Amino acid sequence: MAKRGDVVIDIEKCKGCEVCISACPQEVLALAPQVNNKGYHYAIKVNSDCTGCANCAIVCPDAVITVYREK
Amino acid sequence: MKELRLMKGNEALAEAAIRVGADAYFGYPITPQSEVIEYLMANRPEDRTGMVVLQAESEIAAINMVYGAAGCGKKAITTSSSPGISLKQEGLSYIAGAELPCVVANVVRGGPGLGTIQPSQSDYFQSVKGGGHGDYKLIVLAPNSVQEIVDYTKLAFELAFKYRNPVMIQSDGIIGQMMEKVELFEQMPRVEPDYEWATIGRKEGKPATFVTSLQLKAEEQEKVNLRLQAKYREIEKNEVLYEEYDCKDAEYLLAAFGSCARITRKAMELARKKGYKVGLLRPQTLYPFPVDAFNKIAYQVKGILTVEMNAGQMVEDVRLAVNGKTKVEHFGRFGGMIPNPDEILNALEQKIIGG
Amino acid sequence: MAENLINPENLVYKKTDVLTDRIMHYCPGCGHGTAHRILAEVIDEMGIQNETIGVAPVGCSVLAYYYFNVDMQEAAHGRAPAVATGIKRVFPEKFVFTYQGDGDLAAIGTAETIHACNRGENILVVFVNNGIYGMTGGQMAPTTLVGMKSSTSPFGRDTKTMGAPLKITELIAQLPGTYFVTRQSVHKPGNVRKAKKAIRKAMEYQKLNKGTCFVEIVANCPSNWKMTPVQSNKWMEENMFPFYPLGDIKVPEEK
Ligand SMILES: Cc1ncc(C[n+]2csc(CCOP(=O)(O)OP(=O)(O)O)c2C)c(N)n1
Ligand code: SF4
Ligand code: SF4
Ligand code: SF4
Ligand SMILES: [Mg+2]
Repeated sequence: MAKRGDVVIDIEKCKGCEVCISACPQEVLALAPQVNNKGYHYAIKVNSDCTGCANCAIVCPDAVITVYREK
Repeated sequence: MKELRLMKGNEALAEAAIRVGADAYFGYPITPQSEVIEYLMANRPEDRTGMVVLQAESEIAAINMVYGAAGCGKKAITTSSSPGISLKQEGLSYIAGAELPCVVANVVRGGPGLGTIQPSQSDYFQSVKGGGHGDYKLIVLAPNSVQEIVDYTKLAFELAFKYRNPVMIQSDGIIGQMMEKVELFEQMPRVEPDYEWATIGRKEGKPATFVTSLQLKAEEQEKVNLRLQAKYREIEKNEVLYEEYDCKDAEYLLAAFGSCARITRKAMELARKKGYKVGLLRPQTLYPFPVDAFNKIAYQVKGILTVEMNAGQMVEDVRLAVNGKTKVEHFGRFGGMIPNPDEILNALEQKIIGG
Repeated sequence: MAENLINPENLVYKKTDVLTDRIMHYCPGCGHGTAHRILAEVIDEMGIQNETIGVAPVGCSVLAYYYFNVDMQEAAHGRAPAVATGIKRVFPEKFVFTYQGDGDLAAIGTAETIHACNRGENILVVFVNNGIYGMTGGQMAPTTLVGMKSSTSPFGRDTKTMGAPLKITELIAQLPGTYFVTRQSVHKPGNVRKAKKAIRKAMEYQKLNKGTCFVEIVANCPSNWKMTPVQSNKWMEENMFPFYPLGDIKVPEEK
């Protein structure tokens, strides 16, 4: 079974570009219906299938995502 | 040890750059100043002091290499002649805007365009009024001998670092090519820069340093300009240099700089022989201009003739300085022609004494 | 529900400290951000933050010095390789990089680029090719594709009057001064990893004084291509990559 992971999204830095969403193999991420202070819909987790693969963080142009994975 | 040598102006400049402890020279060949880089290449400053000498692909590249080295707090110099100096204007504006120290020498030749390789002073406006874009000033030194080339190379670096401002040494083909006896100062050490404004590698625990001339906000850019203007007022207060010859009893004044001042001095002597009380004022700094000296003498003399190897450039600054107190006229030869003392005397008689 | 994984020993990825905390001014999804990040990560991983001096161009990345926590200089448009030459020549032991767009590097700065590379200056050139003048609002760049529309080629680039797109990276690879020349992208996780490896290699070569290393990153400009970021990445794969194929162009002979 795949390891479990988790991500922390710095929503105020997110620009809602969706690049992370298309990079996530687990379909963990989506854009929130709400907007941040800059007016962007920001990325959020929509399920707990994250494996901590870090793909989302690696493609995020704004270094928004921090990734954790169980040891 | 101090040392006497017979040298060409251009070679003396190169030797002085090595001796002042310059870290880098970047240049591109152009007559009449190619001897500078040729001398440097032949003298292996990399072995003498560790100074870097590089022939760039253009004057644009050379001045931007200077920007890079100067941004590291290093002593960097480039030299060229008029068409090449035109290409350096972009870099000079950026260097002035980023407030970096550097030295640029212009061995002026006649223009406009490709013009002539013969000596000229037609780049006065370009040097003094800021040839590139934006409100900035170069400190401009105008040597009239090989000795002054050497002395001003040292002075130029002192001023450049004192004010973090580009300094221009403006000579011409006469001074650059002329052989004269010079006293060279002793070799000075190169110094490892440790300025807080320079990019020398971030210091642990401190924010990184950046060198830029960019301020996106108008309020910030205005602040930069105000700071620059305050600096220029300081320079105007502290750094004016000029020489007066026989001005004490003068009824008429000649004004000339650089090589042209040597010829004008001859004309002054001829005039004195003829019984005219004529003095000569020679600005050694073209910026800052000796405004007060001209203003003062304007009360004393009946008229001023500027003698320039151009169509009338410094004359405008003399007029501004005397502010209508006395008559100011210009006599010039240009396009590479050099005035002779007789024609200067003639012009003085026609335009000032008789006029 | 899973127990909380968010604690330091489980950390696998966080923003490097070689990037400052400033929010970058780039448009959403713009490749510049990712390109900055991997360069910063390499500097971090090599432990050379205090020995690196960068040169920012004129272009969208003109303010790169706000984002890299290393000493930097801002160069005039196209002159970054000359500025970097000046820096590297007086500080040969420092790591020096330029970061330039296609207009900066391949139009106005062509001479500076080619001659710095030809002299084999020991610097890293990071070339972000988005086929457009991003900063000034989408004008045609030397790298704009044939038929591609821009604000100064509104009917598409016509090679008869506008010339063909310039493959400057292939040109650079011909020069004896370059040691390692490669073309990468940063739009997908695998590509980001490869691009980062290339930058790492380049910096390692710089340590060994091998000559100029040149890393092109084919990137998107969603704003001026007038697409969403995700669409722009797809468009890039379909249109940019066939003309600007990814991969190494000049690799050192391994001995
Ligand atoms: C001498 C000069 N000419 C023109 C400009 C205007 N200008 C600023 S950025 C730019 C083009 C930038 O395009 P590119 O290098 O591709 O960078 P990008 O913004 O696409 O990342 C131009 C033409 C300038 N700043 N200076
Ligand atoms: S890639 Fe980064 S900026 Fe873009 S939506 Fe995801 S978290 Fe936000
Ligand atoms: S770490 Fe991997 S699985 Fe988790 S959200 Fe990011 S891309 Fe998806
Ligand atoms: S204009 Fe284009 S290159 Fe510039 S920040 Fe926006 S998306 Fe990026
Ligand atoms: Mg571009």
